[in-house]
Amino acid sequence: MARAVSTRRTVFFTVAAWIVALIIFFPILYTIITSFKSETEAIQGFNIIPSGTFQSYIDVQTQKDYFKPFMNSVFLSVGSTFLALLISVPAAWSMAFSPTKRTKDILMWMLSTKMMPAVAVLMPIYLIFRDFGLLDSRIGLMFMLMMINLPIVIWMLYTYFREIPGEILEAARMDGASMWGEIWYVLTPMAVPGIASTMLLNIILAWNEAFWTLRLTTTDAAPLTAFIASFSSPQGLFWAKLSAASTLAIAPILIMGWFSQKQLVRGLTFGAVK
Amino acid sequence: MATQNTRALARLMLAPSVGLLLIWMIVPLAMTLYFSFQNYNLLNPTNVSFAGLFNYQYFYSDPAFFQSIWNTMLLVGGVLLITVVGGVALALLIDQPMWGQGIVRILVISPFFVMPPVAALVWKNMIMHPGYGVFADISRFLGLQPIDWFSQWPLFSIVIIVAWQWLPFATLILLTALQSLDGEQKEAAEMDGANFLNRFIYLTVPHLARSITVVILIQTIFLLGVYAEILVTTNGGPGYASTNLPFLIYRTALLGYDVGGASAGGIIAVILANIVAFFLMRAVGKNLDK
Repeated sequence: MARAVSTRRTVFFTVAAWIVALIIFFPILYTIITSFKSETEAIQGFNIIPSGTFQSYIDVQTQKDYFKPFMNSVFLSVGSTFLALLISVPAAWSMAFSPTKRTKDILMWMLSTKMMPAVAVLMPIYLIFRDFGLLDSRIGLMFMLMMINLPIVIWMLYTYFREIPGEILEAARMDGASMWGEIWYVLTPMAVPGIASTMLLNIILAWNEAFWTLRLTTTDAAPLTAFIASFSSPQGLFWAKLSAASTLAIAPILIMGWFSQKQLVRGLTFGAVK
Repeated sequence: MATQNTRALARLMLAPSVGLLLIWMIVPLAMTLYFSFQNYNLLNPTNVSFAGLFNYQYFYSDPAFFQSIWNTMLLVGGVLLITVVGGVALALLIDQPMWGQGIVRILVISPFFVMPPVAALVWKNMIMHPGYGVFADISRFLGLQPIDWFSQWPLFSIVIIVAWQWLPFATLILLTALQSLDGEQKEAAEMDGANFLNRFIYLTVPHLARSITVVILIQTIFLLGVYAEILVTTNGGPGYASTNLPFLIYRTALLGYDVGGASAGGIIAVILANIVAFFLMRAVGKNLDK
């Protein structure tokens, strides 16, 4: 039994934690607030009550065609994640259920490919993309994002699959299940939650990737990272519009992130912290 | 249990991943290594010749090189210091009994999901802008001169932005570790008369040590590659004041069109990352045996 906690203590920690949390969250909150201001309001000093105009959201679409980079982001993050899952589910599966002496080495080697600094291969990748006509193409970038997240996907799936007890397979086999029956009726239902969380985390990572998405695109394939970065030029200094575009760019991923807190720890520490 | 048949199937299932990653690892890296020994400029692509160690020498004698290495270390070290110390403190705070703990957690973790260009631009324009930023508003309210963050403290400003992005990560992982600390152990220590400081030093810190190591190593991998935050705020300047190694390589490569020089820089970046990776792999590998 936990000991009774005094109310005074609870009140103190509640107030302290909320103040700290709100300070940390403040830049996001202020961005959302500013997105509902007009451009003149946005630079008139500190004010947390906006006039509530939607003009910036309309402008971002009509003047800058927000929808295009948004759809590119959706295509790239979802597409690269599905592609990665397609390749890594069998791999993680085989390593979790038919491990060999080398399984550990293979896993460690896969992880090590993630350690390569992106910038070190910027030149070759850029030249390969140029020669194959893949610069500013969504297919090329999708493949790129798949490759950089593949080790994390395999690792996450592996840690989930490994928790499925092997005895259940033997039991199914005793009951006369065929290999495909085994996979379909016994393993798949147990694997779905792990696959779903892996998918969620990798959509987040792909959505926020900001090296290759900036360097390998110009206009056609540019996702939201490149779109927002274009606001850094001096003539693009429109804060209400920047805020509106930013709010739209981070909202879907923020909500997904809130739902995947636990998986995040596990995925990003490669199972080292659960 | 495994028959010959299933073993062959297992290998077949593993093959595409292994094959792709193998190509992915070898081909670009081999090309970088090869280019690093060539005179190769994209402005003059027909005139490629063997350069020996010239590119390394060139990179090494560039004064920006040492500054960028130093900046990289300051950036990584500064962010690690803030996020680890802040992360432990925040995790301890959030772990206390309170109302609305779930919402506090959500608010604290949120910056991690903000894409780098958004984080950097929001901080640059709305928080740290010397004219219209919130910091300037606070300064004026207190009767002080607003600070022009990005021209006076360019690297420190970037450290602040990146630390804001990674503080949630450290907090979340340390909080997860903290919550796995045995409650009975804590109570026993308390009953034996250990005060908060003693409990923290002799119970909490040893328990967190492993997670802190993991946080440091994983963050270092990502922090060595900080790029977008610099691109949209200072663009490496003023001068080279906020140029880190990735940014210097990018400048050499895509602004100077110098394939050879950029590749030599890339190899140096690989060596740096490998030193960190070596320790990370050992930490993760140990866990795999359990």
